[in-house]
Amino acid sequence: MGDGKLVKVGIADLKIVKSPDRIKTSGLGSCIGVVLYDLSKQVAGLAHIMLPDSSLARQANKNEYKYADTAIDKLIEKLCSNGARKYALKAKLAGGAQMFEFASNHDLIRIGARNVQAVQKKLSEHNIIPEAMDVGGNCGRTIEFDPATGTLTIRTVYEGESII
Amino acid sequence: MVENNFLTDIQLDVLREIGNIGAGHAAASMSALMNKKIDMRVPIVTIVPFVDVLEWVGGLDRPVAGMMIHISGDLPGTIYFMLNIDEDETLVRCMTDRPKVQLVDNGKPDRFGVSLFKETDNILAASYFTALADFTGLQLQPSVPYLQIDMAGAILSHSLIEVSQMTDHALIIDTAISYSGGDNPVRGGFLFLPHPDAFSTLFQSVGIEEDG
Repeated sequence: MGDGKLVKVGIADLKIVKSPDRIKTSGLGSCIGVVLYDLSKQVAGLAHIMLPDSSLARQANKNEYKYADTAIDKLIEKLCSNGARKYALKAKLAGGAQMFEFASNHDLIRIGARNVQAVQKKLSEHNIIPEAMDVGGNCGRTIEFDPATGTLTIRTVYEGESII
Repeated sequence: MVENNFLTDIQLDVLREIGNIGAGHAAASMSALMNKKIDMRVPIVTIVPFVDVLEWVGGLDRPVAGMMIHISGDLPGTIYFMLNIDEDETLVRCMTDRPKVQLVDNGKPDRFGVSLFKETDNILAASYFTALADFTGLQLQPSVPYLQIDMAGAILSHSLIEVSQMTDHALIIDTAISYSGGDNPVRGGFLFLPHPDAFSTLFQSVGIEEDG
């Protein structure tokens, strides 16, 4: 895999890479990893999103990287200032699982599925339709994206590795 | 609500003591179950930004067996008991005298092993919970325990999402209990994540003011 670095994105975090570097986030459960990229410019950004909507925030200085609506706006803005062209942006998604089967804290039921919906809705506002996604289910995922090839590698504990 | 990042020394001491008492009871239960001497580490109380929290638990995609109990009532929060898969197998084997019990078989959770594991961890996590309720004298209701064998990050982020609407930091009370005799050591970690809304209740219950 070449000379590039592997850039890691934490939870509620967002970063941009250019080829030959690759970008990775680990342990996605109900959180969702959104990759946006411009393949011919070989630039990509990854956001590790926790919650669907920033209107849920109950804090004064909200972290824009935490919510689907604000994180995707930021991601597009940062990509464009790093040489990506907005019309050429493509998306790949993974995550949004339901890790535990239960119904306790009612506003957080199906948070994974709600994250997936919120991301798709926000992307469609920007006229971006995801190229590929691996979402839902009940397993954790670690993902790695290579901006040179546009491939997203997904690893799980039980199902091994897959590429979308 | 107490801002997570500004805990006083006395508040930190109280939280450490909570970790001590909870894990102390769990260690006694584990000792009785395994009929072995169990060690306990001094609790670490730490406030970690989300960005770092999953690295902090020892690698986001480390496969673990994790048991989770939700607490509702006066002191909402979550208790986790997490072990590496092989350590958990050692624990269950020691307890049951069944040297071939497995937790994961051919890449899938083994039903018998998982059921034994659930029972064991339920006892340990319940000991922790009971000690917490006795110490604080608060009305606490535990959920049924939920088990998941998967990446540490995916399991833990479930609770982070719950508090993430109001904070970007997690308060973690981390205590490890371990059995180091024999060929295969077992080290189980308790993580108690109190809900930010619960801090003042927690401190008042043990007789200190919210602002220390």
